[in-house]
Amino acid sequence: MASLVGSRVERKEDKKFLTGKGRYTADITLAHQTHAVFVRSPHARALIKKVDTSKAEKASGVVAIFTGKDLADDKIGGLIAGWKIVSEDGTDMKVPAHPALATESVNYVGDHVAVVIAETLADAKSAADMVKVDYKVLKAVVDTESAMDSEAIYKDIPKNLCYDWLLGDRAKTKEAFDSADKIIKIDLRNNRLIPNAMEPRASLGDYNSSTEEITLYTANQNPHLTRLVISAFNAVAPEHKFRVVAPDVGGGFGSKIYPYAEDVVIAWAAKKVERPVKWVAERTESFLSDCHGRDHVTHAELAVKSDGTVVGLKVDTIANLGGYASLFATVTPTYLYGPLVLGLYNIPAAYCNVKAVYTNTAPVDAYRGAGRPEATYMIERLMSKAAMELGMDQAEFRRKNFIKQFPHQQALVHNIDSGNYDAHLDKALEIADYKGFANRKSESESKGKLRGIGFSTYIEACGIAPSAAVMSLGAGVGLWESAEVRFNPTGNVTVFTGAHSHGQGHDTVFAQIVGDKLGVPLENVEVVHGDTDKGPFGMGTYGSRSLAVGGTAIDKACDKIIAKGKRVAAKMLEASESDVDFKDGEFVVAKSNKKKTIGEIAFACYLPGQYGEVKSPLPEGDEPGLKETAFYDPINFSFPAGTHICEVEIDPETGHTKLDKYTAVDDFGTIMNPMIVEGQVHGGVAQGVGQALYENAHYDETGQLITASYMDYTMPRADNFPELKIDYTCTPATSNPLGAKGCGEAGAIAAPPAVMNAVVDAIGTDISMPATSEKVWKACKDSKKPNSKAA
Amino acid sequence: MKNFTYHSAKDSKEATKLSSSNSAFLAGGMTTIPSMKLGLASYKDIIDIKGIKKLSGIKVSGKSVIIGATTKHAEVANSKEIKKAIPSLSDLAEGIGDPAVRNRGTIGGSIANNDPAADYPSACIALNATIHTNSRKIEASKFFSGMFETTLKKGELIEAVEFQIPNKSSYQKHPNPASRYAVVGVYVAKNKNDVNVAITGAKSCVYKDENLSKALSKNFSVSAVDAVKVSSSGMNTDIHASAEYRASLVATYAKKAIEAC
Ligand SMILES: Cc1cc2nc3c(=O)[nH]c(=O)nc-3n(C[C@H](O)[C@H](O)[C@H](O)COP(=O)(O)OP(=O)(O)OC[C@H]3O[C@@H](n4cnc5c(N)ncnc54)[C@H](O)[C@@H]3O)c2cc1C
Repeated sequence: MASLVGSRVERKEDKKFLTGKGRYTADITLAHQTHAVFVRSPHARALIKKVDTSKAEKASGVVAIFTGKDLADDKIGGLIAGWKIVSEDGTDMKVPAHPALATESVNYVGDHVAVVIAETLADAKSAADMVKVDYKVLKAVVDTESAMDSEAIYKDIPKNLCYDWLLGDRAKTKEAFDSADKIIKIDLRNNRLIPNAMEPRASLGDYNSSTEEITLYTANQNPHLTRLVISAFNAVAPEHKFRVVAPDVGGGFGSKIYPYAEDVVIAWAAKKVERPVKWVAERTESFLSDCHGRDHVTHAELAVKSDGTVVGLKVDTIANLGGYASLFATVTPTYLYGPLVLGLYNIPAAYCNVKAVYTNTAPVDAYRGAGRPEATYMIERLMSKAAMELGMDQAEFRRKNFIKQFPHQQALVHNIDSGNYDAHLDKALEIADYKGFANRKSESESKGKLRGIGFSTYIEACGIAPSAAVMSLGAGVGLWESAEVRFNPTGNVTVFTGAHSHGQGHDTVFAQIVGDKLGVPLENVEVVHGDTDKGPFGMGTYGSRSLAVGGTAIDKACDKIIAKGKRVAAKMLEASESDVDFKDGEFVVAKSNKKKTIGEIAFACYLPGQYGEVKSPLPEGDEPGLKETAFYDPINFSFPAGTHICEVEIDPETGHTKLDKYTAVDDFGTIMNPMIVEGQVHGGVAQGVGQALYENAHYDETGQLITASYMDYTMPRADNFPELKIDYTCTPATSNPLGAKGCGEAGAIAAPPAVMNAVVDAIGTDISMPATSEKVWKACKDSKKPNSKAA
Repeated sequence: MKNFTYHSAKDSKEATKLSSSNSAFLAGGMTTIPSMKLGLASYKDIIDIKGIKKLSGIKVSGKSVIIGATTKHAEVANSKEIKKAIPSLSDLAEGIGDPAVRNRGTIGGSIANNDPAADYPSACIALNATIHTNSRKIEASKFFSGMFETTLKKGELIEAVEFQIPNKSSYQKHPNPASRYAVVGVYVAKNKNDVNVAITGAKSCVYKDENLSKALSKNFSVSAVDAVKVSSSGMNTDIHASAEYRASLVATYAKKAIEAC
């Protein structure tokens, strides 16, 4: 039978998405539904003196108006930070209270103050305009770098410092630096990004007063976790009386991992008004209140020998958390960042210090790559700068420092199981025609243009994560995944996964795995996810974990199905179990022509007796039915790696940067569906290029978000790209039976330094992301001045 | 969005009769609808003019190109006659926003709105256009009076825009990477008797750059631009471009336009 895994199977889910038949939260309309509008803070920082809802309550169509006081009266808890980080001095991180509706103060523009529930959206909107909030406006803290020197936003959090965290060994690193011939220094800013999922967030709450059950439909990446958090910490409803459904979800990029204030309020309000309550974010609300990404200021130093051997690394980062600590905000710039600062190099001594600060800006949390893009940007920019200062070739300097032996225990956290970094570097050099670069450069120069080439040889840690490991580092959850594989009596299969698909293509890839493993045709496998009433508790999708962890759980459940199938087949075929082999969907008795298809076995499991011709007694001790559950807790992270090479051409007169060539050679381990992987790489690279050249969340000094619409926030567009050249190398992961490493975030991780290294190579000076035309123009102009020298 | 009453006018007369101090004409709605949705504008009456047949269409004669007010950008971009008569005008239309905007947005809406970064106003200035309204004809040089301001009277309806066909011309813009409006747009037209250099995006309102126009009237060449110092005074500074950068772009894109002529 031809293998499904590894082939370009068309996505099962595309038909509904391409024909407009997807069913998103906003598409769901319930009888007697009401509409909610949130009253949000127009100020970045203010004390709430009074919220006056009296006029709004009398407005036409208003059903109810709730404020923070109503939530507090009902003992509804605030939002939580789910990962405890301990500072270098041993003290716990400092986290401010984060009520779902503000009670005392507001701490970013867009912070939630009240909710207006009305018969129609128009009624809710006009009543929301009538809610009078009396604010005492305070001076906002906005800038990441100076936040620690600014007035404390919360009186019990001095210097606005959440934690001052250290990973690594300062003394050993100092020794390494003392032994070095040259020290390369760099100052970097990792620009703040707004996730911009195509589907804005939405929540629809529904309460059944007879059963006292709440159902929350929400655009979310992990419905079980959302149910757990809202149940256990916000105390909206006990878990068994609370169903969370994340139906079709139009992109998340991390921003839909967390239960937001809106989810808590909408679920609770549905019970209060005993009618369904629906809220759908407008695009402006998405800009203002979706968790943002990145926002680091970093100083880093690399210690090298004159022969190009790297001996040590120091990293000092200030990470902006925004106005509150969101669910995974504290881990993103620490354990998802610090361990990765070493890249795929053999660096024997290092430390990474991160100071996380609060500012009066939208909360910052995990965004496609989450910590790894920031780490990769730092190390890859630093490696390029070092090669330049040492006068070494960019590729060869990297190659010299690659990890060569596996498994490799890095100086910080990770034990890297497998890889072959020369292989993807070599392949990328060839595809990118590195040898021809000099010619292309002089051609550009003859047209008055500048050309630059940029490298990014990256590594990332995916497949999060071994529960014991992450819990010992402060995680409030285990990061295993669950699956249930259920044969229906007629022989088709329903697969329940705890992962959640919001663009990734799980419906197809998981079906490929099951199809191959159980020998059933793809069209007879249906993948179900996104509903806490269906299937076992699952941890959801983020961190490129779904295949490596969720896929493995499915694989394990299939193993259990096969094991039971063998017992049943042996009984039916009157053979010994050890003589039964399973292959291509058939249980075959060795050295005989006796066999049963898996469909027959499934049927037998549901009809354990004799019915006319059908005779299918179950083996003693076996239960009827054919359905197995598996929970898989990974033994290690997986480590995708690769080489991306970018070439830009710059017009020094206008500062316009043209992305001319882009090559990506990735090692994702075993590839299940090359077409889906290409899509992930395309999207990831586009987001990474977006960060490097276009995207930037810009707050003014009062904390107003200036880039709060697509008129000012620049998304990358198709016409910004050349055809991406994509290829792979493969060293299977040893930490899971599928050999899968993860591919969802690689592009967004690898691309920013590849692009920026190319820009810097072209213009000869360092500039910050995004490399807008004006910055590039100015750098070109300044470097023409007689006394300037390229940095 | 606040509630309003929707009217569909059958002719110019009805449209102007329906208009009041609290109404707006609705052409493609590309500016009107977003500003209403964002609560930046609200009207009692919305008067849809798309149904008025006379307002849409393209007429090219030996000397001029007349474009009806509700003609969409995409129609101008794809018009064979305009591509032949004033190719730079089709190029300009082709470079507006994105396909959705080009298939809804109209020339009348664009110039009535007079966004400081809109493209069409520069064409009007450079190509000595005449704006035909329901009651008069206005020369382009007397039409654009300030940021989002024109000399249109309340309720006055643009019916068509008449462009003079130049000897040669080119429009070159540095698009805002997000919206694709002009950070700076330079329209250079070599007409029978003069050269017009119209600039959009740089200041609060489109304008004719007298120095560049004069210099190029004498000597229509790139070196003539080099000899003119473009001052940044009065130019906009925003997150996308400083005044200094805009001034540099004016000179750079003027040269690109001359080369493309
Ligand atoms: C995302 C986006 C990108 C854009 N990019 C560009 C760009 O790159 N370059 C550019 O030049 N423009 C750009 N625009 C503007 C667009 O091209 C439209 O021309 C502009 O928004 C006007 O839209 P409209 O024609 O639909 O007019 P409407 O929005 O319907 O009307 C706009 C105003 O003009 C008035 N009006 C309309 N027609 C008449 C008339 N015949 N007589 C008198 N008054 C009238 C209306 O009352 C209203 O006040 C962009 C717009 C958007 C939304």
